[in-house]
Amino acid sequence: MSLDLPLIWAGLIATGVLLYVLLDGFDLGVGILFPFSRNKEDRDVMMNTVAPVWDGNETWLVLGGGGLLAAFPLAYSIVMPAFYLPVILMLAGLILRGVAFEFRFRGQRRGRPFWTAMFAGGSILAAFSQGLILGGFIQGVRVIDDRFAGGTFDWFTPYTLLVAAGLVCGYALLGAAWLMWKTADELHGDARRWAVISGGLTALFLVAVSIATLVVHPVVAERWGWTGAGLDVGRFLPLAWIPLLGLAGLALVGWGVRRASHGWPFIGAVLVFLSGYAGLAAGFFPYVVPYAVDFRNAAAPANALGLMLVGTVVILPLILAYTSWVYWVFRGKVTPETGYH
Amino acid sequence: MEYDALLLSRLQFAFTVAFHILFPAFTIGLAAYLAVLEGLWLRTKREAYKTLYMFWVKVFAISFGMGVVSGIVLSYQFGTNWAEFIRLSGGVLGPLLAYEVLTAFFLEASFLGVMLFGWKKVGPKLHFLATCLVAIGTSVSAFWILSANSWMQTPAGYEILADGRIVATNFYEAIFNPSFPSRMSHMLIAAFLTTALVVGGASAWQLLRRPGQEESRLALKMAVGLIAILAPVQLFVGHWSGEVARDHQPQKLAAIEAYWETRANHPLIVFAIPDRAAQANHLEVAIPGAGVIVAPPDEVVQGLDTWPREDQPPVFLVFWSFRIMVGLGLLMIALGLWGVWLVWRRRVDGNRLFLGFAALMGPSGFVAVIAGWIVTEVGRQPWVIQGVLLTRDALSPVTPGSVATSLLIYLVIYSIVFVAGAIYILRLLREGPVPGGAEPKPEGQRAPGWALAAAPEDAPGDPK
Repeated sequence: MSLDLPLIWAGLIATGVLLYVLLDGFDLGVGILFPFSRNKEDRDVMMNTVAPVWDGNETWLVLGGGGLLAAFPLAYSIVMPAFYLPVILMLAGLILRGVAFEFRFRGQRRGRPFWTAMFAGGSILAAFSQGLILGGFIQGVRVIDDRFAGGTFDWFTPYTLLVAAGLVCGYALLGAAWLMWKTADELHGDARRWAVISGGLTALFLVAVSIATLVVHPVVAERWGWTGAGLDVGRFLPLAWIPLLGLAGLALVGWGVRRASHGWPFIGAVLVFLSGYAGLAAGFFPYVVPYAVDFRNAAAPANALGLMLVGTVVILPLILAYTSWVYWVFRGKVTPETGYH
Repeated sequence: MEYDALLLSRLQFAFTVAFHILFPAFTIGLAAYLAVLEGLWLRTKREAYKTLYMFWVKVFAISFGMGVVSGIVLSYQFGTNWAEFIRLSGGVLGPLLAYEVLTAFFLEASFLGVMLFGWKKVGPKLHFLATCLVAIGTSVSAFWILSANSWMQTPAGYEILADGRIVATNFYEAIFNPSFPSRMSHMLIAAFLTTALVVGGASAWQLLRRPGQEESRLALKMAVGLIAILAPVQLFVGHWSGEVARDHQPQKLAAIEAYWETRANHPLIVFAIPDRAAQANHLEVAIPGAGVIVAPPDEVVQGLDTWPREDQPPVFLVFWSFRIMVGLGLLMIALGLWGVWLVWRRRVDGNRLFLGFAALMGPSGFVAVIAGWIVTEVGRQPWVIQGVLLTRDALSPVTPGSVATSLLIYLVIYSIVFVAGAIYILRLLREGPVPGGAEPKPEGQRAPGWALAAAPEDAPGDPK
C-alpha cells in the first residue's frame, strides 16, 4: 500500500486540464470564429454544433480549478492571486458567452445582435485570458514563504501577450476543425478556409512561442538541452517526439483540409494541442507553481488525497462513459434543416 | 490598505454568492418538478403534463445556464480572494468540493444537453432518465456544498497542525458535522418551496389573465399542495436549525434575537432597532415569557456582551434578515392553507384575491432564501470557520485596486446578465404554457430546446 498519491493526483489534474483545453477549446473556438460567419443561419448552426455539450465541456474547468484546490491547496492559493485579473477576465468572458447560448435565442430585435457579439467577444476574452495565465505560468511565479509575492501585473508582458494570441489562434483552429466535422456544404467550406488561416497562424505562433520560451526562460531551455550556445543533443533527443508530434498534427490538418476531409483536421488539431501540452509538461515537471513549488510540497494531506482517489477511480470512468454517450447521441452533421437537434 | 482589500473582497463575495444562490434555489426544485411532470406524462399520457414540461423546461434552461456561470465564479473566487482560507483549510474542504464536481456537476451538465436537445435523439424513457439524473445532480450538489458550508459553521473531525494548516482526522465527522443535517434539510425544503412559489405564482398570474386555463390550474393545484405541506414543515426544520446554532454558535443566536445581556428568561423581541454603538436596542417591542421558543425557561442564554464589540456579528442585519425570513415563511403557510381550502372547495382558480396573493408571493422564496443566508453567513462573523479561522485572516495577498476592479466588472456583467435573464424569464411566464404548440414536430415547429436551436426572426413575443 504505497501509492504515490501526489503523483497520481498531479497526473489526474493534468489530464483534466488537458481534456478541458481540448473540449472547451473547440467550443470557445466556435465563438472566436463567430465574427467571420456569413449570416445568422450559419451562426445558428455553428452554435447548435456545441449547444448540447458546452456545459459538460466547461465542467472540466471546474474540475481543474476544484481539483487543484482539493489536491494541491497550496498551489491553488498561490496561483489564483498571482493571476487575479486574468482569472477575473476569463470568468467574465465565460459568463457572457455561457448565457449567450440561451439569451441569443430569447433576444429579439436588439437583444439578439447583442448576445451574438457577447458570444464572440466572451469566447475571445476567455481564450485570451487563459493564454495570459498560461504565459504567466511559463514565466514563473514569485513566491515567498508559501504565498504569492509578485506584483499585480506580473502576468502582463510581451511574452504572455504572444502566448495569449497564440492560444486564441489555436482554439480557432480546434473550432474550425470541429465545424468541418459537424457541418456540411457552404459552412463546411468556410470552416475549411478558417482552418487554413488559423492553422497557419497557430504554426507561426508555436514557433515564435517556442523560441521566445528558450530565450526568455533558461530553466525551460535547459530542459530542452538548449544551453544558449548550442543544442545538447543527448538532452534533446528523448524529447524530440514532442515537436515531431506537433508537426505531424499540423501536417494532418493540412492534408485533411486539402482533401476537404471531415474528421481528419480535428484529429490533427488535437495532436497539435497534445504536442504543446506535452512540451509544457516537459518544461515544468515537477513544478505545480513554476519554478517555486513542486507538486509534492503543495499536496493536500494523504487522507484527503486518498479519500478523493477512492471516489475518482469509480466515478471518473462513469463520467467519461456518459460524456462519450452524449457525444454519440448528438453525432452527425448539424444543418439548418435539422431545426433543433 | 489591508482592510480595504478585505472589505471589498467581502462585498464581492457577498454579491456574487447572493446572485448565485438565486439559481440553485430555484433549479433544484424545478428539476425535480420537471422529473415529476415527465413521469406523470409517461404514466398517464395526459397532454397537460407534457405541455407544462415543455413550458417550464424553457425557464429551467435559462435559469440553469445563469446558475452554472455564476457558480464557476465562486469556485475560483476561493482562490483569487480567499487564498489563505484555502491554503489552511483546503485539506478538509477540498475533497468535499471535489466530490461535488465529480458526483454532481458532470451529471447535471452532461444530461442537461440530452434533456434540452435530445427529444428526437433518444426515446421517451431515456429522456425521462436524463431529466431524473439532472434532478438528482442538483440535489447531490446541494449535499456537498451544504456539507462544506456547515463544516465552516460547526467544524468537526479536524485538527490544526503546528504550521496552522487544518487537516481532517475523521472525514465522516467532517462531512456529517453537527449543523449539516438541519441545514441541509432547511435548504432543500427552501429550494422546493421557492420553486413551488414561482410555479404557483406564475400559474396564478396566468389564471388572472386567462381564467380557466387548464394547464395553469393544474400547475397551481400541484404548487399549492406542496406549499401546504412544506411551509409548515419548514417552520419546524428552521427551528431545529436555530437550536443547533444556539448550541454551537451562540453569537449567531444572540444576534438573531438581539440579546445584548447574558441571562435567563429573555423575552421574545419582535421589533427593535439594534444599535451596536450603544450595545442596546431602540424602540424594542418584546413579548415577555415568549422567549421559551428560543431557550427553555431559566436557561442562561449568552448575550452579545460575551464578546468584545469588534468580535460581535453585525446585529442589525442578522436580526432583521431573520425576521424577514420568518415573516415570509408565515405568509407561505397562510398561502398553503388558504389554497388547500380553496382546492377542496373547488374554487381555487375563481378566487381573484387568492390568485393575486399567490402571484405576489411568487418571488417570496428568493427573498427568504437570501435573508436566511444572510442570517447564517453574517451571523458567523467575525469567523470564516467558526472558532478556527477569522475572516480577516483568510484574505489573499491582493491589492485593493485589483479587488475594486474585479468587483466593478462583476457588478456590470451581473447587472446585464440579471436584467436580460429576468426579462426573458418574465416574457416566458407572461406567455404561459401553450397546449399543443409545444409538441415536438418533425420540421418547422418549435419544440423543447427549440429556443437553443434556432433564433427565428419572428420569435414569439416579438412585436408584430
